Amino acid sequence: MSNEPDGLRKGSSRNDAPVATAEPASSSDSARVSPADAFFKNLTRSAGLGLLVLIAAIAAFLVLEATNALSANTGNFLTTTEWFPNSSPPFFGVAALLFGTLLTAVIAMVIAVPVAVGIALFITVYAPRRLATPLAFIVDLLAAVPSVIFGLWGLIVLVPRMEGIQKFLTEYFGWIPLFATQNSVVGRSVFVASVVLAIMILPIVAAISREVFLQVPIAHKEAALALGATRWEMIRTAVIPYGKPGIISASMLGLGRAMGETIAVALVLPASFGISWKILSPAGNTIAANVANGFAEANTVGRGALIASGLVLFIVTMIVNMIARAVIARRREFSGAAA
Amino acid sequence: MSTTTVTPTATLGGPSLIGQRLPKAALPAIGVGAVVATILLYVVAPIESKIQFVLISGALYLIGQTSASIMVEGSRRAADRLVTTLVYLAFLLAVIPLVAVLASVIAKGAERVDISFLNHSMRNVGARDAGGGIYHALIGTLEQIALASLFAVPFGLLVAIYLVEYGRGRISRTISFFVDVLTGLPSVIAGLFILAFYILALGQKPSGFAGALALTILMIPIVVRSAEEMLKLVPDELREASYALGVSRWRTILKIVVPTALPGIVTGVMLAVARVAGETAPLLLTIFGTDSINFNPFSGPQSALPLYIYSQAGQPQQAAVDRAWAAALTLIVLVMLLNAVARLVARLARVR
Repeated sequence: MSNEPDGLRKGSSRNDAPVATAEPASSSDSARVSPADAFFKNLTRSAGLGLLVLIAAIAAFLVLEATNALSANTGNFLTTTEWFPNSSPPFFGVAALLFGTLLTAVIAMVIAVPVAVGIALFITVYAPRRLATPLAFIVDLLAAVPSVIFGLWGLIVLVPRMEGIQKFLTEYFGWIPLFATQNSVVGRSVFVASVVLAIMILPIVAAISREVFLQVPIAHKEAALALGATRWEMIRTAVIPYGKPGIISASMLGLGRAMGETIAVALVLPASFGISWKILSPAGNTIAANVANGFAEANTVGRGALIASGLVLFIVTMIVNMIARAVIARRREFSGAAA
Repeated sequence: MSTTTVTPTATLGGPSLIGQRLPKAALPAIGVGAVVATILLYVVAPIESKIQFVLISGALYLIGQTSASIMVEGSRRAADRLVTTLVYLAFLLAVIPLVAVLASVIAKGAERVDISFLNHSMRNVGARDAGGGIYHALIGTLEQIALASLFAVPFGLLVAIYLVEYGRGRISRTISFFVDVLTGLPSVIAGLFILAFYILALGQKPSGFAGALALTILMIPIVVRSAEEMLKLVPDELREASYALGVSRWRTILKIVVPTALPGIVTGVMLAVARVAGETAPLLLTIFGTDSINFNPFSGPQSALPLYIYSQAGQPQQAAVDRAWAAALTLIVLVMLLNAVARLVARLARVR
C-alpha cells in the first residue's frame, strides 16, 4: 500500500482494479460524495487541465502573433540566413539562428556531459558516504547562480582567460575546419559561449545522472566486485549500462536548457548572421540571444519576427524535452519491474 | 592470470593474489615530475597562460601515472586509476567555475555596494557617471516575484494535489508529462508568450505585472514538482486515520495532508522563487526597464535586478560595469539567502 504513489507515477495499468488504498468510497457509490468534495476535486482538476490549456495557449499565441510578420516577410523564413525584419520590405529567416542555436547547444553538451557523468560517479561511487550530500549540494549551488551573472562573468572574466586556449586550438588544430579562424582572430566566440552554457547545464545533467546511478541495484555492483572487477570495471559493467537511459535523457534535458539560454549567450557572443562552422571566430548567434539583442529596436514586424523565431525554438525544445522525458519514463517503468 | 592451473593452494604460496601495487609515494612523485617537466618545457617554449601550465602538467601527470601503473600493476588497474583521477578531476572542474564566479562577484561587487547604492535609483544618472544605484530594480524584483508567487503557488499546489490525491489514468499522466515538459520551457519563450498574449493581443502596456505573469509560467512547474514529491511522502496511514474518523476527503487533504507536507512545500516554493528571481529574458520582453522608481507594478515600466545587470553589463563604460558587478552581488546574496532559508526550513522540518 505504501508504494501506491509509485504506481501512480508510473501510470501502471493496474489502476482499473479497485486498489485498496486510502481512498474512501470512490466510483462505486458516488452518491455519497458531498458537494464540497466534488467541488474541491473539480477545482484541482481544472487547475490541472488549466496547465494543459496554458501550454496550448503558449503555442497558439506565438503562432497568432507570428503570422502577420511571416506574411509580410519577403524571404523564406526557414532558409534565409539574414535578419532584416525592421526594414521595408522585411526580409528575414531563422536558418542562421537555428544553426547557431544547435551548434552552441551541442558543443555545450559535448563538453558538459562527460564532466557531469564524472561528477555523478564521483558523488555516488567515489566520495565517502558522509560527504555525498554536501558535495551534491555544492554542484546544485551552481544551478542557483542566475544566468545573467554567468553572462557577466563570462564576458568580463572568462573571455580574456580563454584567449590562450583558443589561440592554441586554432594554431595547432586549425586544420580541423571547426577550429579554423579568419586571420586567427579569437575572443568572444561560439566556443566561449558554449563553455559558459556547459557550466550552466552541468548541474542538471549531473543531478539526473546522479539520481539514476543511485538507483542501480546494489546487488549488481556487489556482484561485479565479487567477481574481481576493479571499481572502473564495476562502473562499466553495472552502473553505466543501468544508467544509460538516464544519462541520455539528462543530456537531452541539458541540450534543451542550452538551446533556450538567452542572456548569457547574448552577453558573451557578439551577434552576427550567417552559417559558419568556425567556432573560434568572434561571431555567431542563437534564437534566444537574438530575441534579447534585437528586441529593443524591433518595430511591429520585427517583434512578430522575433516571436516567429521563438516559435521555432519552442517547437525544437519541446521535441527535445519530450524525447528526454519519454526515455526516462520508460526507464522508470522498467526499473520498477526489475525491482 | 596465472599460468599454472593446478589447485588454489598452489597459487596461494605465490605473491600474486593481489598483484603488485604502486608504492604510495609513486603518485606524488609522478605529480612532482609532471610539474617539473612542464617547467622544463616552459624554458624551451614559452607558455602563455597559467591555464595552459595547469593543463600541460595535468596531461603529463595522467600519462605518467597510467604508464607507471601499466608497467607495475597491469592494464586493468591502470584503467581503474586513470578513471579515478578523471572522476576527481570532473568534480574539480565543476567547483572551479562556481568558486570563480562567486569570487569575482564578491570581489568586484563589494567595492561598489554601499547604502547609497541600495537606496538610490538610476534616474538622471548616465552610463559614464559613477553614482546611481539599484533601489528601483530591487523594488521591481521584489514586487514581481511576490506577484508571481501569489499566482503560481496556489495554482501549482492545486495541480500537485490533483496529481497526487485524485489523478488517475490518462489525464493525470498527460498533465504530469506536461509539467515535466514545462520545466524545460526556455525562459525567453515565457517572455515571448506574455508579449504576444498580454501586450500585443490584449493591447496592454508593459508593466511589472506582465513580468510577474511571465515569471508565474516559469514558477508553476517547479512548484508542482516539489509539492508533488512532498505530498507523496505523506504516509497513507494518516489519510486512512482521517477517513476512519469520518472526515471528508477534501478536509483530509486540506487539514491533514497539506499541513503535514507544508515544510517541504515551503522549501520548494522558496527554491522556485530563488530560481525566477534571477530570470532576465522574460522580464526584458515584458517590463521594459526604467531608470526611475516605480512602486506600482500594474502601470508603467518597472526595472528588475537581473535586467539592471544585463543593461549595465552591456555598456562599455567602467562605471556601468562596476554597477553591474555590485548589482550581481546583491542578486546573488538575495538568491543564496532564499536558498539557505529554504534548506533551513527543510532541515528543521526533518528533525521534527
